[in-house]
Amino acid sequence: MFAAANLDAILLTAKLASVVTLLLLLIGTPIAWWLANTRSRLKPPLEAIVALPIVLPPSVLGFYLLVAMGPHGPVGQVTQALGLGTLPFTFTGLVVASVFYSLPFVVQPIQNAFAAIGPGLLEAAATLRATPRDRFFTVALPLARPGFITAAVLGFAHTVGEFGVVLMVGGNIPGQTRVVSVQIYDHVEALEYGQAHELAILLMGFSFVTLFLLYAFNRRATVPGT
Amino acid sequence: MIRRTLLALALLLLSPLVRADEVQVAVASNFAAPMKAIVAEFGKATGHKAQLSFGATGKFYAQIRNGAPFHVFLSADDETPAKLEQEGLAEPGSRFTYAVGTLALWSARPDFVDAKGEVLSRGTFAHLAIANPKLAPYGAAAMETLDKLGLTSTLQAKLVQGENIAQTHQFVGSGNAELGFVALSQIMKDGRIGAGSAWIVPAEMHRPIRQDAVILASGRDNAAANALLRFLRSRPAQAIIRSYGYR
Repeated sequence: MFAAANLDAILLTAKLASVVTLLLLLIGTPIAWWLANTRSRLKPPLEAIVALPIVLPPSVLGFYLLVAMGPHGPVGQVTQALGLGTLPFTFTGLVVASVFYSLPFVVQPIQNAFAAIGPGLLEAAATLRATPRDRFFTVALPLARPGFITAAVLGFAHTVGEFGVVLMVGGNIPGQTRVVSVQIYDHVEALEYGQAHELAILLMGFSFVTLFLLYAFNRRATVPGT
Repeated sequence: MIRRTLLALALLLLSPLVRADEVQVAVASNFAAPMKAIVAEFGKATGHKAQLSFGATGKFYAQIRNGAPFHVFLSADDETPAKLEQEGLAEPGSRFTYAVGTLALWSARPDFVDAKGEVLSRGTFAHLAIANPKLAPYGAAAMETLDKLGLTSTLQAKLVQGENIAQTHQFVGSGNAELGFVALSQIMKDGRIGAGSAWIVPAEMHRPIRQDAVILASGRDNAAANALLRFLRSRPAQAIIRSYGYR
């Protein structure tokens, strides 16, 4: 059904989005938990940093990531010292870039879900001698489930839809960094509109269905008695 | 208050329509630096103003076909302007070669690229940047050069592609790719190579990169557009062009 090159791009994109979503849930949960519960003065600046990718153009993020991960940049110095080489033009580099880029889409829903639980239930659990660990795993996590589902879906979809950052740090290597959005761009530039359509319509359908299912799910989760 | 806001809004929206002696020019990325210098001289000589947009030739072609408001197009190749003329989107007879591009193998590190480009066969690097050969003439010329050297299959795994020649230059300039094929014009400063090391690829390694300019259909009656194309052929403009390493 798809041209081989397009299929490669689809598989690569799915792989990238899956890895990034898993990592983001692991990294984002503690950040969200801390943000939801802290009264620290560091909360507003940290929230601002997490939200930056929402307002910054991908060209800014991509440019800084390219420089930071390059051989003279701070991240590049560390990865080289560890014997990993530099990250741009590699799948790992794309994962790192995408984690930054999609961070707010995962942290914010989880943070909101944690905040909505409120202190009451957690304090009640504490009076029943639940340790902070128990309270987190047996009270907070299950109650925040809708937030996690929203976070995972948005993180995945946003990574699939990423373009500018990948273009700037990827180097357009088939099977490594040539994801669907870049492949579409290439097709359009080369005036291969048929091939571009094939992928673009797929992305359009995927995005609509994903968001539709998410909103349908959230409605059911919030309408009482259904 | 509301009326004043609406008036201001109307003025803002209409302002681009009232400038007469301005020409909108789409310029291939590799020609960005010389074109800025040329336009400064053009302004002094004629009083006309030129607004420059830089990008990949293939992108400009798609935009022009879809009604982009450019008056003049300075392409990185000779095929695209010819195609536009055939399709009735460019003024017949206005097309000419304003520059012949020179390809250079460049590294931001001094002494990394030797004067004969033998570093390519030694292969002591992880990434070789080229512009996308499907879209960018300098990328196609780079692939022809690798073919001629018999290195295409050896180096295939090390190739990273910039979307256009400007991004390719950025990959090499930031050190993320140790070396790459760029346009000589991008690394020339005051008539010599500004930083790093380079091999100027001999002309016989690839088909000539003839860069053609053309007046687009919307620029037919634009005095500034016609003046700009005349100016491009003039001696001062050609001197600037040659100082950037074009042949």
